Amino acid sequence: MAWRDPGYYDYLPYNETRPKITWPNGARVAFWVAPNIEFYELDPPKNPARAAWSRPQPDVLAYSYRDYGNRAGFWRMLEVFDRCGMRGSVSLNVAMCEHHPEIIEECAKRGWEFYSHGTYNTRYMFGMTEAQEREVIQDSIDTIRKHTGQKLDGWLAPALTYTERTLDLVADMGLTYVCDLFHDDQPSPVKTRSGTLVSIPYSLEMNDTIAYNVNQVGPRAYGEIIRRQFDRLYEEGAESGTVMCIPLHPYLIGWPYRLKAFEEALRYITSHDKVWLATGREIAAHFTKHHLEAFKEASVPVGDAP
Amino acid sequence: MSGLPEEHLRYPFRRHGMDHDRYDWSILPRRKPVAWPDGARVALWITVSLQWFPINMAGKPFKPPGAMQTAYPDLRHYTLRDYGNRVGIWRIMRLLDGLGIRASAAVNGAVAARIPSLLQACEQRGWEIIAHGQDMDHLHYEGLPVEQERAQIATTLECLKRVARTPIRGWLSPAKSQSNATLDLIAEAGLDYCCDWVNDDMPYPMRTKAGPITAMPHPSDVDDYFVLVQNHLSEDDFTHTLTDHFDLLWDEAATQGGRVMAISLHPWVIGQPYRISALEKALKHILSRRGVWAATGAEILDAWKAQQ
Repeated sequence: MAWRDPGYYDYLPYNETRPKITWPNGARVAFWVAPNIEFYELDPPKNPARAAWSRPQPDVLAYSYRDYGNRAGFWRMLEVFDRCGMRGSVSLNVAMCEHHPEIIEECAKRGWEFYSHGTYNTRYMFGMTEAQEREVIQDSIDTIRKHTGQKLDGWLAPALTYTERTLDLVADMGLTYVCDLFHDDQPSPVKTRSGTLVSIPYSLEMNDTIAYNVNQVGPRAYGEIIRRQFDRLYEEGAESGTVMCIPLHPYLIGWPYRLKAFEEALRYITSHDKVWLATGREIAAHFTKHHLEAFKEASVPVGDAP
Repeated sequence: MSGLPEEHLRYPFRRHGMDHDRYDWSILPRRKPVAWPDGARVALWITVSLQWFPINMAGKPFKPPGAMQTAYPDLRHYTLRDYGNRVGIWRIMRLLDGLGIRASAAVNGAVAARIPSLLQACEQRGWEIIAHGQDMDHLHYEGLPVEQERAQIATTLECLKRVARTPIRGWLSPAKSQSNATLDLIAEAGLDYCCDWVNDDMPYPMRTKAGPITAMPHPSDVDDYFVLVQNHLSEDDFTHTLTDHFDLLWDEAATQGGRVMAISLHPWVIGQPYRISALEKALKHILSRRGVWAATGAEILDAWKAQQ
C-alpha cells in the first residue's frame, strides 16, 4: 500500500526546545552553494511516469536552453565563485564526467565537492526495481570515484524523482547525507531501513529554477530574496546555527542578464564574518559528529492520523 | 514489480561531447576571440517577429507562444496579435530609425503575402528579412511528413521572395520548434543560418545532410514575450534585463573577444505605448557605450565567418 507519510523523520519544533547547533569558529550560518551540473539527453527513453520534454522530440528549444549552461553559463558562474572565494558542492549528473570532463576538471582542481544527482537529468527513478536503483547509485559511486577520486557522500535524486526505497538504498550503499527533504532550516536525522542519514537543507525557495521559472522572480529581485533569506538566518543563527543553501543551474544563473545581481548577493553573504563557507559534506560531517544524537533524542514521534 | 525496460539503464551516447552529431561540444571562453568591425565589442542584433496567427489555428502539435486561447472565434487574441503588424511595428520602426539601428525582421510567409508593404517598409530601412515559417499555425515538428515540411519551407520562401529585394539567408522556426529534418531542409533550401537553438552567445557551425549551416545566438530569454508576458515582469525589469545583459557581455568582450547581443521583439508585446519606452531606455544605455556595432544577422554572420 502506498505511503500516507514517508516516515523519514520525527517531529522536532524549531523553538527553544531544540538542541543548539554550534558551527566551527562560532559561525552563525553554514552557507553552501550547490551548482547542479547537468546533462539532458536530446532523445532519452521515455519514463512511463514523466516525459523528459514538454514538446515532441526533438525539443530543440528546451534541450539547447540547458546546453547553454555547459557551453557558456558554467564558465561565467565559475568566475563569480572564484571572485567571491566560494567553493561549490556539485550536484552532478555523473554522465557529465564522460560528456564534459573539462567542466569536472575545473571543479575538481578548486577542491569542490561532487555529490550525485543521478546519471542524467533525463533518466528518472520512478518505476525502478531495487536492483535497477542500486545499479544507478553504484554507477554514481564508481563514476565519481574514477573521475575525481572522491568518495560519494551526498544524494539529490535526478530531477527529484524517487521510489519508496530510494533513501534506504542511498544509506545502505554508504552515502551519508541527502538533499531531497525540504522540511527544515537545520540538518536533521533521517530514518531509513539501513540506518540514519543526515538531511541537509537545500532549499527549493532559493533554487534558481524555482525562483526564475516557477515563482517568476526577476534577476534583481532574486538577489534581494537571497539577501533577505540570509539576513534572517544570520540573525537566528546567533541563537543556534542555521544552514543556508543556494542551489543553482548554470543554464539559468549563467545568463549575462542574471549574473551581476547574483554576484552582488553572493558577495554580500561571503563578506559577513560569522559565516562558515562550507560544502554539503562538511556540514553533514560536523552535524553528525556533534549534534545528530541530541537531535534524535529530542525528536518526538508523530501520532497516527485517523 | 517489473521495473523499467532495460533501455533505461543503457546509455548508448555516453561519451565525450554531445549525445548527437548536429554540432560539436565547444566551450565559449576557450574559443579564438572574434573581432568585430571597427574594434566593436558587442554586435547588437535586434530581431522583430512579424507574425500571423490564423484565428482558426489548430495549434498542432502544441500551441505556440501567442496562440489563440479562448474557444473559436477568439477575436480578442487575434486582433491583439494583429495590432503588432498595424501599430506596434511602426512604433518600433520610429524608435529604431531615430537611433540609427537596422533590425532583422523575422517574417511569416503569410505576412509577406497579406501585407507586402510591411515587408517593403522593412527593406526600405535597410533591415534584413529572415524567414519565420509559413505562419504561426504551421509548426515544424517530428511527425510532420518530410514532404510537407519541405513544402512549408518552400511556400515560406516563395512568399518572402515575391516581395523582398534582398536575399533571404536566415531562418527562425515558428516557436523555435523543429523536426529532426528541419536543419537539413532549410540548408537544402539554401539558407545560411538558423536562429532556433539557444545554447550559445556566439555563432557556431552545425552539420546538416545538405552541408554546414550556422547557428546564430538568438536567446529566448532576452525577449519581450518571455520577460513581460510569460514571466509577468515589469517594464523596468525588461529594461534592466537588457542593460544588465549588455553590460556583462561588454565587460566580457574586453578579454574574450567580440560578443553578440541579440534582442528578440514582438510588436504585439513591446509595441504597446506603455512598453516602448522600456526598450528605448535600454537601447539608449547600450548605444551610449563605445564599441557597439548595431548590425543585421547576415552582417554578423559574414563578419564571424570571415574569421573562422
